[in-house]
Amino acid sequence: MRPFTYERATSAQAAAQAAAAHPNAKFIAGGTNLLDLMKLQIETPAHLIDVNHLGLDRIEKTPDGGLRVGAHVRNTDLAADKVVRKDYAVLSRALVSGASGQLRNKATTAGNLLQRTRCPYFYDTSKPCNKRKPGSGCAAIGGFNRNLAILGVSDACVATHPSDMAVAMRLLDARVETIDPHGLTRAIPIAEFHRLPGDTPHIETLLQPGELVTAVTFPKPLGGRHVYRKVRDRASYAFANVSVAAVIGDGFQHFAFGGLAHKPWRVESAEREQGADAIAAAVLAGARTTPQNEFKTILTRRTLSAVLREARA
Amino acid sequence: MSDPNDVTRRSLLAGTAAAAGIATAPALAREPVAPRKTSSRMTPKMPVSLTVNGQAETLTLDPRVTLLDALREHLHLTGSKKGCDHGQCGACTVIVNGRRINSCLTLAVMHEGDQVTTIEGLGSPEKLHPMQAAFVKHDGFQCGYCTPGQICSSVAMLGEIRDGIPSHVTEDLAHVEYSDGEVRERMSGNICRCAAYPNIIAAIREVHEA
Repeated sequence: MRPFTYERATSAQAAAQAAAAHPNAKFIAGGTNLLDLMKLQIETPAHLIDVNHLGLDRIEKTPDGGLRVGAHVRNTDLAADKVVRKDYAVLSRALVSGASGQLRNKATTAGNLLQRTRCPYFYDTSKPCNKRKPGSGCAAIGGFNRNLAILGVSDACVATHPSDMAVAMRLLDARVETIDPHGLTRAIPIAEFHRLPGDTPHIETLLQPGELVTAVTFPKPLGGRHVYRKVRDRASYAFANVSVAAVIGDGFQHFAFGGLAHKPWRVESAEREQGADAIAAAVLAGARTTPQNEFKTILTRRTLSAVLREARA
Repeated sequence: MSDPNDVTRRSLLAGTAAAAGIATAPALAREPVAPRKTSSRMTPKMPVSLTVNGQAETLTLDPRVTLLDALREHLHLTGSKKGCDHGQCGACTVIVNGRRINSCLTLAVMHEGDQVTTIEGLGSPEKLHPMQAAFVKHDGFQCGYCTPGQICSSVAMLGEIRDGIPSHVTEDLAHVEYSDGEVRERMSGNICRCAAYPNIIAAIREVHEA
């Protein structure tokens, strides 16, 4: 690990100000992804701002019948929250399908959203990677890309977003609340929060320098059947090949997909289609596959088919 | 060494390394090397006070020191093991404020005021924790390297089931019940290279049923 200075922030705005004041600063909350990357010198912050003590660890109902989840609520606590289990079950299901018990006890809501890709070339500092080192090239496109993205890809990057939680949040139309160094707050729809790689895959979200995530909010519950189905190479503790989040109720169906793109993937117009074949065809329109990862198109359709059966059982 | 039988693995390894040093001196000797370019950016050490196995401790640490390295290298509690050092194997699992975490993926300076329990705090050779006794009885290990992490994880994991925290295999999110399937899923963050898994499950089941 490269040397860094460390401070414990006392308020959200103070944390944002500290980040703006220090070049190459990072917020640290759970730290489970950041420290992993710092040990490999993929992340080399000169200053860490510990945001664990800002009181952003509460889950509360909002006046409009929705839910506000503090940025630093641990993944375990979010998955186990009684309201989440009852009214936003797809979020509980997505959370417990990710990582391990130990990691979920530490990982936070905001940190989960902001975790970096697990593309093997992002992790291999001997290889080019436009995300790790802008302009260096992409070793994944002609390399081992079996588990990489097939939707929204660019000639610069085919990385996937690894989060399960974010897939459920995309389905539930969550909003990401932030504060900037001037104390200005905003709420970013989750659909816009993560960017596609384009020719700047190192810029992954709409967050501006120093901007701190303070909460994630959800509209009032949708009702319906909630399903999260994740297909992976092991039965537990592995990233998705493909995952499908679904909420299906009387006269509506919503789907979001993980493991396919640089961000959680949702095609609202596909939700008007009926049956796994038609829905999958609409979701996968424009897919760019390689011989190694073209299985993901078939797997998406079949996983969706299983989800529809489960939801209607 | 006064008593030839009083040989721990640690002292044996240390002795072996010293002997091997004769033949491999260039690789092992700490020869003076040019200061690294980053040395001018070395950061000041920071104090941190925490409670480890019931004992108050104050350390002064480089902020880069992980909780695992603080426990092992500074407090000499070498029960917690460093396997992968990246949160993948679970050998470093300790219990902080009642929750199991990977001590390799957290900085010691972030644990001001925290209560840490390591394998040394769960039991002792004279007075084993029930989970330690069950691991011995059921042969829940072979080489033993992952065992402290497995045991800390098991103890906290049973608490998570009691607290009604759901897992990936929980059928009804509103009702969390103990099962071997639940244990297998919940222990997936602890890897055993010797694959003692069936015996680990048996040990945990015995403690659960006791």
